[in-house]
Amino acid sequence: MSKIDSKIPAGDLETKWTKYKSSVPLVNPSNKRNLEIVVVGSGLAGSSAATSLAELGYKVKVFCFQDSPRRAHSIAAQGGINAAKNYQNDGDSVYRLFYDTIKGGDYRAREANVHRLAEVSSNIIDQAVASGVPFAREYGGLLSNRSFGGTQVQRTFYAAGQTGQQLLLGAYSGLQRQIGLGNVQMFARHEMLEVVNIDGKCRGIIARDLVSGKLERHFGHAVLLCTGGYGNVFYLSTNAMACNVTAAWKAHKKGAYFANPCYTQIHPTCIPVSGDHQSKLTLMSESLRNDGRIWVPKRKEDAEAIRNGKLNPNDLKEEDRDYYLERRYPAFGNLVPRDVASRAAKERCDAGFGVNKTGEAVYLDFAFNMKYKYGKQVATLKHISNPTEAQLTEFGHEVIKEKYGNLFDMYKQITGVNPYENPMMIYPAVHYTMGGLWVDYNLMTTVPGLYALGEANFSDHGANRLGASALMQGLADGYFVIPYTIGAYLANEISVKSISTDHEAFVEAEKNVQSTIEKLFAVKGTKPVDFFHKRLGKIIWDNCGMARNVEGLTKAISEIKALREEFWNDVRVTGEANDFNPELEKAGRVADFIELGELMCKDALERNESCGGHFREDHQTEEGEALRDDENFKNVSAWEFKETGNWDLHQEELVYENIKIAQRSYK
Amino acid sequence: MSGNMNINLKVWRQKNGKSQGKLVDYKVENVSPDMSFLEMFDVLNDRLINEGKDEPIAFDHDCREGICGSCSMYINGRPHGPNQGVTTCQLHMRSFKDNDTIVVEPWRSAAFPVIKDLATNRSAFDRIIASGGFISINTGNAQDANNLPIPKGDADDSFAAAACIGCGACVAACKNSSAMLFVSAKVSQLALLPQGAPERATRVLNMVAQMDAEGFGSCTNTGACEAECPKQISLTNIARLNREYYKAQLFSNEG
Repeated sequence: MSKIDSKIPAGDLETKWTKYKSSVPLVNPSNKRNLEIVVVGSGLAGSSAATSLAELGYKVKVFCFQDSPRRAHSIAAQGGINAAKNYQNDGDSVYRLFYDTIKGGDYRAREANVHRLAEVSSNIIDQAVASGVPFAREYGGLLSNRSFGGTQVQRTFYAAGQTGQQLLLGAYSGLQRQIGLGNVQMFARHEMLEVVNIDGKCRGIIARDLVSGKLERHFGHAVLLCTGGYGNVFYLSTNAMACNVTAAWKAHKKGAYFANPCYTQIHPTCIPVSGDHQSKLTLMSESLRNDGRIWVPKRKEDAEAIRNGKLNPNDLKEEDRDYYLERRYPAFGNLVPRDVASRAAKERCDAGFGVNKTGEAVYLDFAFNMKYKYGKQVATLKHISNPTEAQLTEFGHEVIKEKYGNLFDMYKQITGVNPYENPMMIYPAVHYTMGGLWVDYNLMTTVPGLYALGEANFSDHGANRLGASALMQGLADGYFVIPYTIGAYLANEISVKSISTDHEAFVEAEKNVQSTIEKLFAVKGTKPVDFFHKRLGKIIWDNCGMARNVEGLTKAISEIKALREEFWNDVRVTGEANDFNPELEKAGRVADFIELGELMCKDALERNESCGGHFREDHQTEEGEALRDDENFKNVSAWEFKETGNWDLHQEELVYENIKIAQRSYK
Repeated sequence: MSGNMNINLKVWRQKNGKSQGKLVDYKVENVSPDMSFLEMFDVLNDRLINEGKDEPIAFDHDCREGICGSCSMYINGRPHGPNQGVTTCQLHMRSFKDNDTIVVEPWRSAAFPVIKDLATNRSAFDRIIASGGFISINTGNAQDANNLPIPKGDADDSFAAAACIGCGACVAACKNSSAMLFVSAKVSQLALLPQGAPERATRVLNMVAQMDAEGFGSCTNTGACEAECPKQISLTNIARLNREYYKAQLFSNEG
């Protein structure tokens, strides 16, 4: 086990980034024109990075597997984006955003990175508004804010329940502008399948044109992976169907360490599973917890009656309901962080209080605030001093519709139930992965010249991410961090001429990709790719999901090894290599997920503590909260790939100089 | 599988852009009303792979929550099927009856050539955005976001236009294959904001020129686009586009 260097600049936390920016080497404009950068992924991190770098004068190539860069999964983010603007005059500051993020991550994130994130958060909002993002506004014309979990201020900016869409389309329009100007070359429907290293530095990628099936070689002085998280390892998640770990995994197998793979986020408010045909799970934004109250019946017999359809939840009296988050965490109530809310839901359902047929659902109920918060407000505005219950509901309905309309519509589409009249049923589901490629302060992986941005890296959220912070991090990395930090590397590359893609390293890499594809077709087995993906997902969900233990993880590792064998002996990949072939794409991704799944379980097994989303049943307080072991695990686990199923563990010590670490409490 | 519906599908199969396509019949049994339309295709594809006779049906899809704009099926003569305001992925089988026959085709437009089966090439939309669907501001130049108040009504209207997901249903619905609703949504979003003002005239002229160059048809104000748009983008955006366009032609130096 060796230590690794995070290259955090010296000096005070508050001035570190400012000083670093002023001292980082620069590349002059005429040299930038000769430097090529490959960006893989076109979500918030990828689009903003590519755009900003192209504006600076670098030659940029962007790759995405979707048919357009506008479809990257950032688009699906609903609730909002945090920024320490303090527009609400409620005491917010850069320090508070920094503090909340470190605490929310259960003291497993790097201080320097998180402080930088909090510092640039304000610029992101300015940038987005200037590029035409239509955030929600108040009547005075200024921006509106709401609250998210794990905070006591209102710092979340939003555009109804479509914040990710609006931010991504903003970043995408900037990217399209650079494409139109000829500064960015776009490769849509292209999937990166290998990184190319030459003399210890990353020098390009192999990509497959998903329409023709042809393999292509692309050189870059640097390569940026902005390829998102690996939540789809669980098969069922709130990720888009094609979200995958392949780009990050190929990089990992070529020398990039993988950090904290066991840190996965299970989001508390998702629409519950309805049947075994289910292909994905749908999130109901955390913003709903501003006005929705979470409860289950106090008595088991009531829960059972509801499950059997004999009792309508609307008829259950107030005193017979258990608002368990408000009960257990009075200071934060329904707005506790996601890991805490998810575990609490699981605890109630495991104890027999679940409210749908499967017993795995709790209520998210808007009736109270619809009537008594918003209904009353509107009644007062209308000068109705004695409103009826029906009037209150009617008035409140309009306000709720304006705030969350698209989410309510989506819920109704999927479940067939009207959430304006009945409480929503929700259950936790896989949503985000805090783990990812290990990066230093410059966002560079352990391979020189290879960077990871956004959800693809591990750096800012520790063991649990706070709501509305993913969009912030993706755009911070792309707009405001990488344009500076990449100079530290590229300033030394100005004399390196473009390397011909006939170089043997490119030839070799392409041959490897080709042989993997041939190997997949050659199996000619009996089971579709999805069959293996579903089985992998179940193993991981059961053993490396919301609660983990030594026995389960050990069993999971051997099951995954066996599954890997079975996959390579029995998968059936239809169609041809030189064709548009979604089955082939899936097969490659699932093969990588299987390998990653094993590492996740291994990481969860090695980390003998609970922290954030990593909850080990053998490490909990008497009240069932996560119990950290700071003496032994105040570190980042970074795994070095040796061969399939075999890794070396490296550690990065985490140093807290500005925050006093404590048992996390939201009570 | 726990469903009780049987569905007869007629699906457009086409090997690639150069070959001829045809409708092929498939029967899908035990369909659950809780399934989404795409999940029914997953089940069918699983079966096709298991049977080993026919390649699975290619179709574009990704987020499956109605926001990425990938899915694009022309169902019984309507983009995204019979329901209003939803994408194909948010269409559930409870909207159909047992023994229904459903015809599924790709988007039909010369500007959206078929890639394979139900998947088409919609990159023309990206090129239209690249021609002017942006505000020319470089990273790091922005002033404080609250320095420029925007009336709530304008911000709301801009947002309503910006909700477009670029799926192309408007083009597929239009008898002329016009892209006016798509283009007008972006023009409106930016025309309604003060940030969009400096490039207002050039933007609309360039985007319309690119739209024409891509081979989309003319708008004859039929309104099928608005009726079929999964995000219910309003036809008034087209009126605004026309106004912006004429204004730019008459009064700007860019014409």
